Amino acid sequence: MASALINVPARAKRGDIIEIKTLMSHIMESGYRHKASGEAVPRDIITSFTCRFNGAEIFRADLFPAIAANPFFSFFTTVTESGKFEFEWIGDKGFSETASASISVE
Amino acid sequence: MHPPSNSTRRQFLGLAGAAAVLGTAPVVTLRPAEATPERLASAIRNVTGGAAVKTGKVKLEVPPLVENGNTVPLTVSVAHPMAPEDHVSSIHVFNEKNPQPNVANFHLGPHAGRAQVSTRIRLTDSQKVVAIAKLSDGSFWSASVDVVVTLAACTEEVI
Amino acid sequence: MRFLGAIAATLLVVGAVGAAEIPQADRRSGYSFMKPDTKTMQDDDTANPGMLWVLNGETLWNRKAGAADKACADCHGNARASMKGVAARYPAFDKATGRPIDLEQRINSCRTNHQQATPLAFESRELLSLTAFVARQSQGVPIETGADPQLAPFVAKGRELYMQRQGQLNLGCTNCHDDNWDKRLAGAAITQGHPTGYPLYRLEWQSLGSLQRRLRACITGIRAQAYDYGAPELVELELYLMSRARGMAMEAPAVRP
Repeated sequence: MASALINVPARAKRGDIIEIKTLMSHIMESGYRHKASGEAVPRDIITSFTCRFNGAEIFRADLFPAIAANPFFSFFTTVTESGKFEFEWIGDKGFSETASASISVE
Repeated sequence: MHPPSNSTRRQFLGLAGAAAVLGTAPVVTLRPAEATPERLASAIRNVTGGAAVKTGKVKLEVPPLVENGNTVPLTVSVAHPMAPEDHVSSIHVFNEKNPQPNVANFHLGPHAGRAQVSTRIRLTDSQKVVAIAKLSDGSFWSASVDVVVTLAACTEEVI
Repeated sequence: MRFLGAIAATLLVVGAVGAAEIPQADRRSGYSFMKPDTKTMQDDDTANPGMLWVLNGETLWNRKAGAADKACADCHGNARASMKGVAARYPAFDKATGRPIDLEQRINSCRTNHQQATPLAFESRELLSLTAFVARQSQGVPIETGADPQLAPFVAKGRELYMQRQGQLNLGCTNCHDDNWDKRLAGAAITQGHPTGYPLYRLEWQSLGSLQRRLRACITGIRAQAYDYGAPELVELELYLMSRARGMAMEAPAVRP
């Protein structure tokens, strides 16, 4: 079961620059580790994180194995209208999760 | 003890769904580090296409003494306007000694308002971390820091 | 292996000093030993990765399970009210077995007896999530563990284990956590060993983990044979440590290096 934590202000003033914070549960197995038996542990990471606002991409990250487990991102955006943020995490082994958060802009 | 910040203004969202089974991490040993200054330079060339990279504008914040290399907080900010005609279009983070020189690429636009991103990274050892910003005019700016990673005491051998 | 050298070197210097308990006024949470960035990670609920487990635990709390087809919430209602302060009293005396049980064991006993479901494995995501969700309801509550007089002999046993030298390094918990808590082991601060924040997110683990996991890691660190998960010795150690931290505020889910 995956879980995500999203932190978006519920409301803001038009033109405000707001901070968005996201956490997604994921092991981020680097692919560079070996078991005690010598067997390689296959890579299993999130490779892409995207944030869209009312359908338009506002932030995207390409992730490599050097991103720590349970990836955390904080970034900024200028809000000009009320609407919905959509978040998408895509990764190895078919990993795909989405979440959304609404903001009311006055 | 520590009240959640802005808990009245902020909203919490959770999601639950089918996903990879996150089991206990297996017992492991690390391969020797593979990234080298040459590989770092080559990874940077892949982003810049060989264009000159100037020092400045970029601020790279990593704790000078890292408590655990498995989870290192990192913030990159660029002192530059975020206007449609002149803005930061991407930020790239690299390291010198991890098995792979790339850490992350962040794609921004003028609507970001502020060219600043934070994440948490892994550093296998004390090493140099480099951040490069690409501006909308095609120029590249960078900052680098030398990070000291301390070894954790009492690491587990068997889970 | 490099850590062992550090442990041995640090303790040889002070090996002659006898175990002395930490005065109440000098007690400090592991939080106070951390660097500002790690403190920030714990303090901000939306930056604290431990909250992913709490969130998951909330889902599980409300999900029906077992042959009884009951959720935790069907008996205990809103955890924010019913579970407040509960984790601050564990391990607690269990009448059925006549022994102390920790919070994980209490959750599993509930699953077995009331939900008629299979117990959850130690350190499984489900058990850590439920434990984290229950423990989160006690954040800020002073620890009360050990107040029950029926626990006295088990607290004493736990204290004995804590004081006892063992393993190839011939160390007791007290040799580091009472005698040398103001020093460092390689780059890491030696703390006083107060379990105020469990289950907690350890940067080293890149995951949430239980106090039993931490104790087993410490025991392996002194090159002794770690007790199995759920062993009476581990619960007695948990009980002693929690009663030793009585009065300190609960922090779960804490973050530690």
